[in-house]
Amino acid sequence: MNFTPWNKVQIARSPLRPTGLDYIENLFDDFIELHGDRRFSDDKAIVGGIASFKGIPVTVIAQQKGRNTKDNILRNFSMPHPEGYRKALRLMKQAEKFKRPIICFVDTPGAFCGIGAEERGQGEAIATNLASMMLLKTPILTFVISEGGSGGALALGVADRVYMLRHAIYSILSPEGFASILYKDSSRAEEAANDMKLTAQDLYKFGIIDGIIDESDGGVQTNSLKTMREIDMIIEKDLTSLINEETKDMLDKRYERYRKI
Amino acid sequence: MLSNIFRGKQYAVSKKYNRQSLKDNIEEKKKSIKENYVEIQYQETECKPNVPEGIVAKCAKCGKIIYNKLLISNNKICPECGAYFKMTAIERLSTIIDVDDLCIEYDKQVTTKDPLKFPGYKEKLLNLQKRTGLIDGILVVKAKIKTNDIYIAVMDPVFLMGSMGTAIGEKLTRLFERATKENLPVIVFCSSGGARMQEGIFSLMQMAKVSGALARHSEAGLLYISVLTDPTTGGVTASFAMLGDIILAEPKALIGFAGPRVIQQTIGQKLPEGFQRSEFLLEHGFIDKIVARNDMREVLSKIILLHQNKSQGGSKDEFYTME
Ligand SMILES: [Zn+2]
Repeated sequence: MNFTPWNKVQIARSPLRPTGLDYIENLFDDFIELHGDRRFSDDKAIVGGIASFKGIPVTVIAQQKGRNTKDNILRNFSMPHPEGYRKALRLMKQAEKFKRPIICFVDTPGAFCGIGAEERGQGEAIATNLASMMLLKTPILTFVISEGGSGGALALGVADRVYMLRHAIYSILSPEGFASILYKDSSRAEEAANDMKLTAQDLYKFGIIDGIIDESDGGVQTNSLKTMREIDMIIEKDLTSLINEETKDMLDKRYERYRKI
Repeated sequence: MLSNIFRGKQYAVSKKYNRQSLKDNIEEKKKSIKENYVEIQYQETECKPNVPEGIVAKCAKCGKIIYNKLLISNNKICPECGAYFKMTAIERLSTIIDVDDLCIEYDKQVTTKDPLKFPGYKEKLLNLQKRTGLIDGILVVKAKIKTNDIYIAVMDPVFLMGSMGTAIGEKLTRLFERATKENLPVIVFCSSGGARMQEGIFSLMQMAKVSGALARHSEAGLLYISVLTDPTTGGVTASFAMLGDIILAEPKALIGFAGPRVIQQTIGQKLPEGFQRSEFLLEHGFIDKIVARNDMREVLSKIILLHQNKSQGGSKDEFYTME
């Protein structure tokens, strides 16, 4: 079946798709959620904690959309504030200290825009994650499971390997925002989606992501076990190879991954 | 020599360049760094000021009409009311460095290869390049400030609002890599609307690329000062602008992640007075100091002097050396 970029945008935004926590619950054992950035608060748009992956302790971090309307309000529609990114970085540094690999699940329309977010340094929080993740001495894998919106997604996306689900999108801005800036008309989002090249297939062709994870035509929710199994295999394969690399080589390759773009 | 331009404090020079080499090679399938930017060939022609002599400018704040010449000799500060006009990269640089000393421009020829093949973008760039004499929105040099060697990048707001695409990302990355190799400090003057939309995901990835190069420069114990000027927003704020060891800003500059209009639309309420201005960021702890344009060179040179042991040939294991 063929999907237009705009079809993909709509599929990626479907409330029926599994959320970050669904992946965590399916792929890991003994997940213990850890809360708070130790600075200001606990941002519920980002969930993080420690868990076991086939006996290996790992740190998992996920942007979390709500599973229903009420939950979505609690999760701020998965649009993190600065404290969400700071919590993520705190957990990542903790992972580095205890030599745990880090697995991130990206699913956000973008970092939240608001007065509080600006007052508390949204730009600084994202920037610090980008620079810090480049130097973290532990393997990092990132999966863009549905929506990868802008700097808000990239702040969990500086990794040794980045994958996208077949119908996921990853872009500089929402197609609506993009259309309103470049075409001065936010209703031309469909056209923007075409021009932006935001599908997993585009990004793979560009060499920006390392692979595409299959999902059914009807979306991951129609056969999520199959998708989970594929992610499970990728995590196992990548962690096995990354754990065997010298840290310096791993970091040089991580740097090169972005350097060449 | 560039110093001629600085001495005249004229705006960027016009250049003829070879359009043939800008033609995109759609057939080229190879996925490599070369796919995203290309170094274009151009011939030097005589330097001509971009702005015709004698033209006047209107102050946005007090409405007075001011001769450009007077304005430029006054560091682009309104002589009537003190408002700051935007500065081009060359104008800015001429107020900061030792203009009579050697100044080498790097990677001038780096331009984008239009990685998305975005409709109309290539034509827009060509027009802009012809009109401004710039190839993209950043000037990268190695120069001296009060005899100290330093790498400096200055973003140019006249070029697509200083937006960052692959060319700016590549030039900044090379700048940090060079400075790391040579143990030199870096100053970046930010002035940008954010990541460049027309290069989509490639622009977004420049944020990671530049931040990575900067992180390695920092890890080597070297000094990076970012100077925020009006406006600094979006992907630039969310990467190198906010990563300075020391972050300075010009007074009243707009600095933020999301633009004020977008925030206002999102939350549906009026924004407080002074929101996202330099003074607001200072108050909230996100910048170190607000520095008036006329004091910038002095403040920068003092900071550089205080870091000299670290930044020139020092390793991070040596805390200080006394001679
Ligand atoms: Zn005035």
